[in-house]
Amino acid sequence: MTEFLNYLISGISLGSVYAIIALGYTMVYGIAKMLNFAHGDVIMVGGYVSFCAVFYLDLPGWLATILAIIVCTVLGVVIEGLAYKPLRQAGTLAVLITAIGVSYFLQNAAQLIWGTSTKSYASVMPGNLALGGVTIPYISILTIAACLIIMVVLTQFINRSKLGKAMRACSEDKGAAQLMGIHVNRTISMTFAIGSALAAIAGVLLCSSYTTLNPTTGSMPGIKAFTAAVFGGIGSIPGAFLGGILLGVIESMAKAYLSSALANSIVFAVLIIVLLVRPAGLLGKYVPEKV
Amino acid sequence: MKKRNVCAVAMAGAMCLSLLAGCGGESGDTADNAFKIGVIGPLTGDNAIYGNAVKYGAQIAVDEINALGGDIQLALKSEDDVAAADTSVNAYNTLKDWGMQVLVGPTTSGSSIAVASEANADRMFMLTPSGSSADITEGKDNVFQVCFTDPNQGTAAADYISENMPDSKIAIIYQNDIDYSQGIRNTFAAEAKEKGLEIVSEGTFTADTATDFSVQLTAAQAAGADLLFLPIYYQEASVILNQAKTMGFAPTVFGVDGMDGILTLPGFDTSLAEGVMLLTPFSADAEDEKTQNFVSEYKERYGEVPNQFAADAYDAVYIVYEGLKAAGCTADMSYEDICEALVGQITTMTFDGLTGADMTWTATGEVSKAPMAVVIENGTYVLP
Repeated sequence: MTEFLNYLISGISLGSVYAIIALGYTMVYGIAKMLNFAHGDVIMVGGYVSFCAVFYLDLPGWLATILAIIVCTVLGVVIEGLAYKPLRQAGTLAVLITAIGVSYFLQNAAQLIWGTSTKSYASVMPGNLALGGVTIPYISILTIAACLIIMVVLTQFINRSKLGKAMRACSEDKGAAQLMGIHVNRTISMTFAIGSALAAIAGVLLCSSYTTLNPTTGSMPGIKAFTAAVFGGIGSIPGAFLGGILLGVIESMAKAYLSSALANSIVFAVLIIVLLVRPAGLLGKYVPEKV
Repeated sequence: MKKRNVCAVAMAGAMCLSLLAGCGGESGDTADNAFKIGVIGPLTGDNAIYGNAVKYGAQIAVDEINALGGDIQLALKSEDDVAAADTSVNAYNTLKDWGMQVLVGPTTSGSSIAVASEANADRMFMLTPSGSSADITEGKDNVFQVCFTDPNQGTAAADYISENMPDSKIAIIYQNDIDYSQGIRNTFAAEAKEKGLEIVSEGTFTADTATDFSVQLTAAQAAGADLLFLPIYYQEASVILNQAKTMGFAPTVFGVDGMDGILTLPGFDTSLAEGVMLLTPFSADAEDEKTQNFVSEYKERYGEVPNQFAADAYDAVYIVYEGLKAAGCTADMSYEDICEALVGQITTMTFDGLTGADMTWTATGEVSKAPMAVVIENGTYVLP
């Protein structure tokens, strides 16, 4: 039983990392209607910035996190301005390919700046909470708490604030929103800024849980988080959270009780089954398109 | 529109830079009367610590030999293969175009297997400093190893544990998508069974799942393991040590030569590696004069303590040198002729190097020397 609880906890820890990455994915998709495949790489940049702040400048963890948030937010806005804004009128496929290009660009830039050798990341919150035979790493508690807070704040922000209203308007109909006097470009840039700030937080938490850092650190978690977002219903913020946690738990349980080599295949098999039954994901809105 | 052009130019520029970065490797001095020795290894990428160690170790040996001023002068050129088999074959061809006469490399097993077939077909003498898979030399009469083989490491680790810690409850975590890790695990498990050792838990991972080990560690802890055998590379091992500490699991950790490098991993808290045991033929703390000279020279040039890979490469260059000298080779000979001469020499010579005394080679290419276990204390290797 303790074993099962420990597996469950490692699943939830893993899931909370997926969830926090998925929140950024799903927010950008929900509002700008584009899949930002470079999200995972912005996370990697966040990891490197905080690593350098701690390792070379000896800053405390929280200050390093704030620095990472600032750098990633600026990076997110710059990427959006240089790579995505010129393609606002282009087809979704062009934007998708550009996002993949940006992803590779960031990975290679990181190789040039920080080198390709792996760095060992020191967790911003080491240690664990022991309850009987069950141990819960503090970093997992922090990740889950951060996830819940971000989810609630983001939902409130989008539903209550003026800018949130503008975001929802852009999401529904960009043309109509512009006619109503909403500055669509600025709203979308703002969405990227928030998404990238979330990526920085995710980067610090990801690297603290899984303590290595290299230029491709963001890619696999990025893909998994994208899966989590689709699983929960892409565009839905609570869906990203639910999808992330479920994905983490399924992965851990598959590793523990079925096969550690097949864990990834099992995760994606579950995704396929869910999408067959609910094409819009667990909490997604299914909007039939008229042709 | 203008802005977009500027951006395009910037992107193009960055791409050119990354391309240029790809074709590194400096040209050695190309004296006419020097033997051209090629080195291949991952100078960038995940395994860059190994490749650079090999490059630096070989460079020190070459400089020492050239400083002797004898008939045999060596020119060295290193090529990057990012530890990928296909890139490694390209690097081999680049070196051949340069006029390479002897190959010291590649550094990693997968690359060595790929390049060994080429070298065998071309009749190029190949001596890998650190490629440890048995498949590298199998069936190739002109391919030799300096480090001990994977089967040898697995067997030696099991022997060492059965002699020194016979009552251990052993857990193994290994990477089942690389030859290196799988190979050592197989021979370890076979030898452990032979010696009556108890393996209580086995966990696997792949390159895609190499970040979260909490499930494997929980299983090992639940099975009551007190010794964790890690036949894997140091990057993953560093994550395992971190996560084991986070969950309050403190077994004795036993690694093999892939663990070598963990102490120089940037940002790694070396106190986590305290008490880790590993098999390595080289200890920078050894008292003998040869090791001390090598270590101080290496520290002076490159600012760090050399690892086993640097010592393997240093030995490899000296083995080639001894062979060339004994066979009376001259630098104007073709690489095919040099290959035949060296094959004859290496199978009959006995070599004393940094990585072992009385090293001998069988005709199949395997080296015979005893692996040695060291334990990490205060951030360095000491003999247990």
